[in-house]
Amino acid sequence: MALFDHTIKELEEKLHNNEIKVADLVDASYQRIHEVDDQVRAFLTLNEENARAAAKELDKSEDKSGSLFGMPTGIKDNIVTKGLRTTSASKILDNFYDPLYDATVMNKLYEQSAITIGKLNMDEFAMGSSNENSGYFITRNPWNTDYVPGGSSGGSAAAVAAGEVLFALGSDTGGSIREPAAYCGVVGLKPTYGRVSRFGLVAFASSLDQIGPITRSVEDNARVLEVLAGQDPMDSTSAHLAVPKYTDALTKDVKDLKIAVPSEYLGEGVSSEVQEAVKKALKVYESLGATWEEVSLPHSKYAMATYYIIASSEASANLARFDGVRYGVRAEADNMMDMFKKSRSQGFGEEVKRRIMLGTFALSSGYYDAYYKKAQKVRTLMKGDFDKIFADYDVVIGPTSPTPAFKIGEKTDDPLTMYANDILTIPVNLAGVPGISVPCGFSEDGLPIGLQIIGKHFDESTVYRAAHAYEQATDHHKKRPQIGGANE
Amino acid sequence: MTNISKEQVKHVAELARLEVTEEEADMLTDQLSEIITAAELLNELDTTNVEPITHASDLKNVLRKDEPKVWITKEEALKNAPDQKDGHFRVPSILAD
Repeated sequence: MALFDHTIKELEEKLHNNEIKVADLVDASYQRIHEVDDQVRAFLTLNEENARAAAKELDKSEDKSGSLFGMPTGIKDNIVTKGLRTTSASKILDNFYDPLYDATVMNKLYEQSAITIGKLNMDEFAMGSSNENSGYFITRNPWNTDYVPGGSSGGSAAAVAAGEVLFALGSDTGGSIREPAAYCGVVGLKPTYGRVSRFGLVAFASSLDQIGPITRSVEDNARVLEVLAGQDPMDSTSAHLAVPKYTDALTKDVKDLKIAVPSEYLGEGVSSEVQEAVKKALKVYESLGATWEEVSLPHSKYAMATYYIIASSEASANLARFDGVRYGVRAEADNMMDMFKKSRSQGFGEEVKRRIMLGTFALSSGYYDAYYKKAQKVRTLMKGDFDKIFADYDVVIGPTSPTPAFKIGEKTDDPLTMYANDILTIPVNLAGVPGISVPCGFSEDGLPIGLQIIGKHFDESTVYRAAHAYEQATDHHKKRPQIGGANE
Repeated sequence: MTNISKEQVKHVAELARLEVTEEEADMLTDQLSEIITAAELLNELDTTNVEPITHASDLKNVLRKDEPKVWITKEEALKNAPDQKDGHFRVPSILAD
């Protein structure tokens, strides 16, 4: 059994009993990276020297009390790390080797003595569902390297699935934690909007972005969220609410659990394999004593349009900061305006430019009310759909993604086809509620399928309880990928 | 189908401080027209009496005291700059020749 097949709790016991050292965990991480990362390509930057030095320090320490003491983690490259290159997988930040500060989530990880192994690949500025929009290279799905790992946190999900790190941080604006977690057969949670500080997260769409953990088990996920969650004076959108002990929720059963299953989530556009896997999961819940009923999210068909207007509008404003003046790459030009334009045009990739254009159009004079304001109103209706369901049910369950992972290159020709991939995850961000993806089976081609469990605002405890009960009743999460493509 | 013109695309690119080639402008004209047409699905919905929301949390204005504190030094602020002079960020000439 590989070290990373253990939970954080099991590894903690081994450390406390002196069966292993932190140096062994860090070794295991880099050894695995050297073995498989030329195929998986999850990492943009390694932090090997610092990580080994940190391991040495921790091994000398008497106090081993940190709840993530010595645990090797990978960080999505849009989370700012002091002195460690942070690019958001964009060429415009290619030379950003020396960020000035750590994101709040990094400080929280370090307070609990976690170790940063490296920075993980993603779609540029988190815009994408496949990692094909990285400015550097495409991360591969560890289950079959001809397939995408999902996105935008594709590097994070792939690194966890491939056993290169014990856990990873991702960010989720329209499904960017849950979709890659589903495609790579791991557990990924998007917390409630406001649950985790975004200070130090490179902003994409500020009314939607959240940071969350990607892990191999629900238990580890709950443990990491306990560390990440909480109010932060540096992020005024972070909520003034106490952080529950999420791991305590895992011990409770689901006998009283009332599940809502939106008919739209098991209808047109969702592949039959995925529908079957979700229906089997509902049977598991029945066997555990939970009840489920079909409901409707009547506005879900408007989610994609609403999301792409709102997210792109916010992105067009947020990405105005990349101008070649204070940091990042500058293109040479004779005057300032040309310098702005050349730096941005050369630095941003195709998808990022497309979304900046879309957002700028939607916010421009004469179109603001017709597109942006309209989308904000429809968002109100979508939030209302969830409010109504959650008055009667504890969780909403459906698939994470309409299909398992698709082949690299399969959807790159048409932006709308790619955008449609996010239809089941987007409503969760628009409503601001928490959602998790847990493994719930495999396709005929051997690719993982994800089950999405959505909860009430700030009720991650119930989401974790439902996810854990299902996980413990099934074996999907115990399978491990044999790294390699179909042609290898 | 809502058609966005190539002139509009060039205007929006100017607003977004992006340089687009003729070829890119053609491609974006087609793609943005398609995306905007897809977004017009929202017009099916009567939202006359619906209030827009800017985010989905219950947060209201969050205020704090406006007190100065040490954050970063000038040297730190400048260390990642592509160009600097005398403690300032330096840019090419603002007025065209």
